[in-house]
Amino acid sequence: MKREHKHRPVLKFILSAIVALGGLFLLQRLLVPKYVDGIVEGAFVAEYYKEEKDFDVIFIGDCEVYENFSPIVLWEQYGINSYIRGSAEQYIWQSYYLLEDTLRYETPEVVIFNIQSLQFDVSQNEAYNRMTLEGMEWSPAKVKAILASMKPGEKFLDYVFPILRYHSRWSELESTDLRYLFDTKKVSHNGYYMRVDVRPAENVPEGRILADYSFGENAWKYLDMMTELCEEKGIELILIKAPSLYPYWYEEWEVQVEDYAAEHNLKYINFLELTEEVGIDYSLDTYDAGLHMNLSGAEKLASWLGNFLKEEIGLLDRRGEEALAASWKEKIADYEAEKQAQYEKYGMTGEK
Amino acid sequence: MLFTSYEFLGFVAVVILAYYLIPKKCQWPLLLAASYLFYLIAGVDCLVYILATTVTVYFVALRIERNTLRQTAYLKEHKGELSKDEKKAYKEGQKKIRLRWFVCCVLLNIGILAAVKYTNFFLSNVNGILTAFGQTKQLSFFSLALPMGISFYTFQALGYLIDVYRGTVPAEKNPFRFALFVSFFPQLVQGPISRFGDLGRTLYGEHAFDARTVSYGLQRVLWGYFKKMVVADRILAAVTAIIGDTNTYGGAYVFVGMLFYTLQLYADFTGGIDITIGIAETMGITVQENFNRPYFSKSLKEYWRRWHISMCSWFRDYVFYPVSVSGFMQKFSKFARGHFGQKVGKRLPVYISSFAVWFATGIWHGASWNFIVWGLGNWAVLMLSEELEPLYERFHGRFRFGEGLPYRVFQMGRTFLLVCCLNIFDCYHSLGETFRAFASMFTAGNWKVLWDGSLMELGLTGLDYGILGAGVALMLSVSLLGRSGSVRDKIAARPYPLRFAIWYGLFLAVLLMGAYGIGYDASQFIYNQF
Repeated sequence: MKREHKHRPVLKFILSAIVALGGLFLLQRLLVPKYVDGIVEGAFVAEYYKEEKDFDVIFIGDCEVYENFSPIVLWEQYGINSYIRGSAEQYIWQSYYLLEDTLRYETPEVVIFNIQSLQFDVSQNEAYNRMTLEGMEWSPAKVKAILASMKPGEKFLDYVFPILRYHSRWSELESTDLRYLFDTKKVSHNGYYMRVDVRPAENVPEGRILADYSFGENAWKYLDMMTELCEEKGIELILIKAPSLYPYWYEEWEVQVEDYAAEHNLKYINFLELTEEVGIDYSLDTYDAGLHMNLSGAEKLASWLGNFLKEEIGLLDRRGEEALAASWKEKIADYEAEKQAQYEKYGMTGEK
Repeated sequence: MLFTSYEFLGFVAVVILAYYLIPKKCQWPLLLAASYLFYLIAGVDCLVYILATTVTVYFVALRIERNTLRQTAYLKEHKGELSKDEKKAYKEGQKKIRLRWFVCCVLLNIGILAAVKYTNFFLSNVNGILTAFGQTKQLSFFSLALPMGISFYTFQALGYLIDVYRGTVPAEKNPFRFALFVSFFPQLVQGPISRFGDLGRTLYGEHAFDARTVSYGLQRVLWGYFKKMVVADRILAAVTAIIGDTNTYGGAYVFVGMLFYTLQLYADFTGGIDITIGIAETMGITVQENFNRPYFSKSLKEYWRRWHISMCSWFRDYVFYPVSVSGFMQKFSKFARGHFGQKVGKRLPVYISSFAVWFATGIWHGASWNFIVWGLGNWAVLMLSEELEPLYERFHGRFRFGEGLPYRVFQMGRTFLLVCCLNIFDCYHSLGETFRAFASMFTAGNWKVLWDGSLMELGLTGLDYGILGAGVALMLSVSLLGRSGSVRDKIAARPYPLRFAIWYGLFLAVLLMGAYGIGYDASQFIYNQF
């Protein structure tokens, strides 16, 4: 009896700690945004970790990659196993650390980076930081990505314990917050965000005159780091500019990227100059008046890119790999199912 | 380093942990190092000021005490040799020496405080006078950083000096121990203004880890954060909106702003002091209480015995009493009695001394006429109450209201409203703006904004008002419960699961309902600026 009494305070403490920490853990899970409907972009980065990591091609960049290229077409037409590690307004330092993070698991043959984010030298928006960084698994790359991305007023601790950031979200909780408390549903197709609806590009505004067209030092620094890392790992780095009409892509920017690519012996594809060759029709292939491609545009771009990767880079067709093909079969089924669901949602039932 | 920052919480956690891990004799040196590190983070420039105060007060206090001891020794040594007159002359001479040192040190430290805090206020007044006399030339302002907590540590150090001068406390011999008394970090930001005799009793002691002491301290800290982050920082949005735009928010809005500001000030200041006392308590150090349920006061006089107790007692002991019994005041009292009769002649010196105290209290709070008028407003109400006391007594003699609860509640409500009205001088930037805002309550006629939904446009949602209501109800309940003894003792007497639920619930309330992080502009503690 005496012995039991002696241990009681310790047991009480341990039990209290378990209840307190368990409660905090549950609350944190409840309060963090789930990104399963509405703004789903915040879920993209985390989805990568559930994949079998053996990709030939990894895309990194902002919405101009995750909305403009269909990995399903790359597989179906060329047997290229690809994944898009894209996120909304992904800044170049985030792209770099996402690449570092990816290399912890695999070394792809090709990395495709969309250079639109060179325009930013510092993070612009805390919400976009969150949508990219929160999905990353903890690693030195994530720590460095957070430190490189934080805007004034942001705290590192808020990333370690997101409940500190989302503490007041309790007033706007929805049923999905409970339903996806521990697990979340898949919202992308290998990082691709599908939209089938159409909103033609009309009256695309000209870019406003800038005081300085030079990309910032920080942006260049991370592009250099990316180039060096790819070189070190024997990865072919391809720079692209997706055919988004807006935000405006200035000629002065184009020259700087062309010079950089030439200087570092990198391939650079500006799809804005290849719209005819790719077959992009801005009255049909965009869902938001030229900012991003819809499914039709993304499939056309993937088709062209697949051919380029096969012909110019020499990527092999892997459709003969049984396990991989089986996994893609499931992905294609999901892809087709969502396609049909969206056609119905947008009243496009006549589509294939 | 704000009390509400992660950095501060981390800093405190490390200090407390280290405090109990190191040998006990190193505990107070650790606190000194931590306090100076805390101050250093606020800026190297600020360190110069606190060092200057510490060094000058330390040496002058020692000097004064040595002089006193020398005097005693001399008189003892020459006991039979000196005549009464010679002894008296010797004592007078020594007293003059001590007084010289004392006055120089006080003037130097008040001078530092005045220079950094009031130079630009003085210059703006000179500029105003120059303009009034048609001069176009204006004096330039100085860019002087106001060192953190300068009003608090200067008064604390001078209080010690006065005590040593009066011989009520012995001078501290160890300069590092004295430096800790001046710079003890939890109270550096917003007080309380501790006395050496009080704080020193536990500050330098050796404290073994005691789970109850630590948990009581942490409970007090948590309660402080609740008041600060759930109530004060949440209501801040509405207060800022109302006082920031006098053209839009006049009339009934001023009334609401006045109430909200008084509530904010209470939650902010008492919350900060709870954090201070709680942190000290976790290390076994007792810091004096600074509040005693001030809004339960039935008169303004009582309110000032319960609100910011350390400051009020400082002014009472170190300004009011010395001024009241000074030679000048004695002469004036005699003169007044001769010219205005016994009754008035007796009161006049008290009123003049009170005037000096309230003027000093006002300007201590801030370098602006608003604060001076706020101080003098308090003085005027207190003196008027004093004068009308016989009338009240006659009135109560005729109409017996008794001492029942309704009447006491009425008295508390009346005092609260009076405090709200006086606090309005705290809110606005200038006297003109303050009086215009105050007058608008009686002229705007827009009382319907209280119920037509307009209050929802002050940066607070219905949910915010709900949280504020619950927060105020909780603060009120705790205050009521606290009248019959320590609330923490009462909770500690409950079964463990209930205790755990109460404190964990409070922690979650701060975590989930606290106004902090991105999207909130958590204000500094209001009393930081003093």
